[in-house]
Amino acid sequence: MTTDAIPAAVATRIPGERSRGIWRAVKYILLIGFALVVLLPAYVLFVTSFKGLGDATPANAWKLPESWETAGWSRAWEQLGPALGRTFAMVIPASIISSVLGSMNGFVLSKWRFPGADVVFTLILFGMFIPYQAVMVPLVQLMGNLGVPNGIPSLIVLHVVYGLPITTLIFRNYYAAVPVELVEAARVDGAGMLRTYASIILPISAPAFVVVLMWQFTSAWNDYLFALFFSTSRNGPVTIALNFLASGQLQDYSASMAGALIASVPTLIIYILLGRYFVGGLMAGSVKG
Amino acid sequence: MSSTVPSAVKRPRRPKGRIGGHGWVAPVLLILPTVIVIGVFVYGLIGANINTSLQDRHTIGPSQGFAGLENYRDLFTDDDFIYSLRNLLLYTATFLVGTLCLGFLWAWLLERKSRGESLFRAIYLFPMAVSFVASGVVWRWLLNNAEGDRASGLNRLFESLHLGFLANPWWTDERWGILAIAVPAIWQLSGYVMALFLAGFRGIPEELREAARMDGASEWQLYRHVIFPQLSPVALSAIIIIGHMSLKVFDLIMAIAGQTNYTTQVPATQMWIEFTRGDYAKSAAIGTVLLVIVAILIVPYLVSTYRQERRR
Repeated sequence: MTTDAIPAAVATRIPGERSRGIWRAVKYILLIGFALVVLLPAYVLFVTSFKGLGDATPANAWKLPESWETAGWSRAWEQLGPALGRTFAMVIPASIISSVLGSMNGFVLSKWRFPGADVVFTLILFGMFIPYQAVMVPLVQLMGNLGVPNGIPSLIVLHVVYGLPITTLIFRNYYAAVPVELVEAARVDGAGMLRTYASIILPISAPAFVVVLMWQFTSAWNDYLFALFFSTSRNGPVTIALNFLASGQLQDYSASMAGALIASVPTLIIYILLGRYFVGGLMAGSVKG
Repeated sequence: MSSTVPSAVKRPRRPKGRIGGHGWVAPVLLILPTVIVIGVFVYGLIGANINTSLQDRHTIGPSQGFAGLENYRDLFTDDDFIYSLRNLLLYTATFLVGTLCLGFLWAWLLERKSRGESLFRAIYLFPMAVSFVASGVVWRWLLNNAEGDRASGLNRLFESLHLGFLANPWWTDERWGILAIAVPAIWQLSGYVMALFLAGFRGIPEELREAARMDGASEWQLYRHVIFPQLSPVALSAIIIIGHMSLKVFDLIMAIAGQTNYTTQVPATQMWIEFTRGDYAKSAAIGTVLLVIVAILIVPYLVSTYRQERRR
C-alpha cells in the first residue's frame, strides 16, 4: 500500500491525467477499505442479534443467520425496556438544565467583565477534565448526606453539576463571536442584564443549544461510571442494565447484541440527524478553547 | 448596573469585546450558583478525597486515625498497582498514536472535495455516538481469545482469510493484553480526531497554499512549512482530549474484560474494586493518584489558555 501511495502523492504535482487517475483510485480504495473495517463491528452486532441460540456457534461466527429470528431481540427488550424509560427520564432534564445554566454562564463570562472573571473561568474549566474517581468516595457520602435518592434523581444532579464546565465553555466560545455592540445597544436602551440576555442573546443561541444539548444528551446517555456508583440494575440507566445482561454467565450473544443495538439507537439517531451541527460545534468547543 | 452610559465612554481602554464599568454585581450574582456548585463538587470534594486518603480507614466504619502518606507508600510498593500504572501508560500511548494517525489519515484523504465525502465522514464518526458499554459487547466477542476450531471473532476471521498467524490471545495476554483494549478505543475515537483535523484543514486559507506553490514549494515542503504548522493547535487539542479520556479508561475494560481481570487492570478499575470492598482510604488514594496524572497533562494547557484569555 505504501509503495503505491508515495509515488501517487508525488505525482499529484505533475499535472498528468494518468497519475491523477491512479491517485484517485488509491484514495477511494483506502476510503472504502477503512469504511468496511469501521463497519465490521456493526455487521457482527446486527447479524448475531438475529441468530437463534443454536446458530451462534464459532463455526457460524461470521455467517448470516441460518434463519432470521427475533427471539434475542425480545429477550433484550424484556430486560432493557424499563431501564430505557428511566434513561430518558434522566437524560432529558439533565441536558436541558445544564444547557440553560451553561448558556447564562457563557453569556456572563464572554460579555461582562468582573473582577477575577478569567480565574473563575479557568477554575470552572478544570472541572471538565478531572477524573471523577478523584471525588467519588466523598461524593457518595455527600449525596447521601444531602438526601438525594439513589438512581435517577442522583444521576440527574450529577450530570447537571459535572456538565456545567463543558456547557459553559461551548456557550462562552459561541457568544465571544457576538458583536459587543449588540449588547451595548441594549444597555443604552436601558435593558438590564437579564433582559439583554433574554431579548438579545437567547434568540440567537439556537445553534449553540443544538450542540450543547446533543453533547449532554450523548454523554449522560452513555455514562457508566456515575451509574455504577449511584444506581443498581433495578433503578439505573440502560448502560447498567446492558452490562448486566451482557456479562451474565450464560453468554446469550444474540440478546446481548440486540441489547447493545437497542441501547445505541437514540444516540445514533441524534448523530445521523444532527451530525453536521455537532462537527461544527466541536470546532467551536475544542479548537478555539 | 445603575449606570446606563456606555462604559466605553468612561473606560476607553477596557478589554476588547467585553463590557466593563461598574455593573459587575448582576453578572457575579448570575454566575455565583455555578461557582458555588463547582467549588463544592470539584474543589471541596477533591480536598475531602485527599483527606480520606490520608486516614487509616480501610473498612466502611469511621477512620481509625490519621495515617499520613502511608496509603500512598503502600500503593507505590504494591506490584499490582505498579502493573496498573504500566498498563495505563501503554494503553494511553497506543490510543493516542492510533487515533492521531488514523484521524489524520482520514482527514487527509477527505480533505479535498471527494465524492461521497459526507457518507465516509458519517461512517468514520458514528462509533463515537455509541457507549463504551455497548461497543464493549461486540468487542468482547470480536476479541475472543479462543484459537483453532473453537475460535470465534477476529481470530476466526483471520483463519478464514489464511492469516492465522495474526490470531492471538488478545486481552488475556499478561504483557500486552491491555493493548487489545486500545483497539476498540481507537475504533471509537479516530473519527472524532478526523473531524478535528478536517476542521483544521478547512481553516487553512487557500491563498496560503497557492502562495507556497507559486514560490515553487514541493508538495512535501508545502506540508512541512505551511500545513503542519497550521494544524499543530488542532493536534494539541486532540492530544489533550484523547489523553485525558484515555487516562480515565474504565467503562471499556469493565464491559470487555470485567472488573476482576488482572491483565487489563488499570487504576480506575482498582479504585472501584477497593470501593466495593469498603477500603475507602485506598480507593481515595488511587483517585488522587489519577488526578495528579491527569493534572500533569491538563494544567499546562489550562495555564496557557488562561494567559491567552488575559491577553484578549
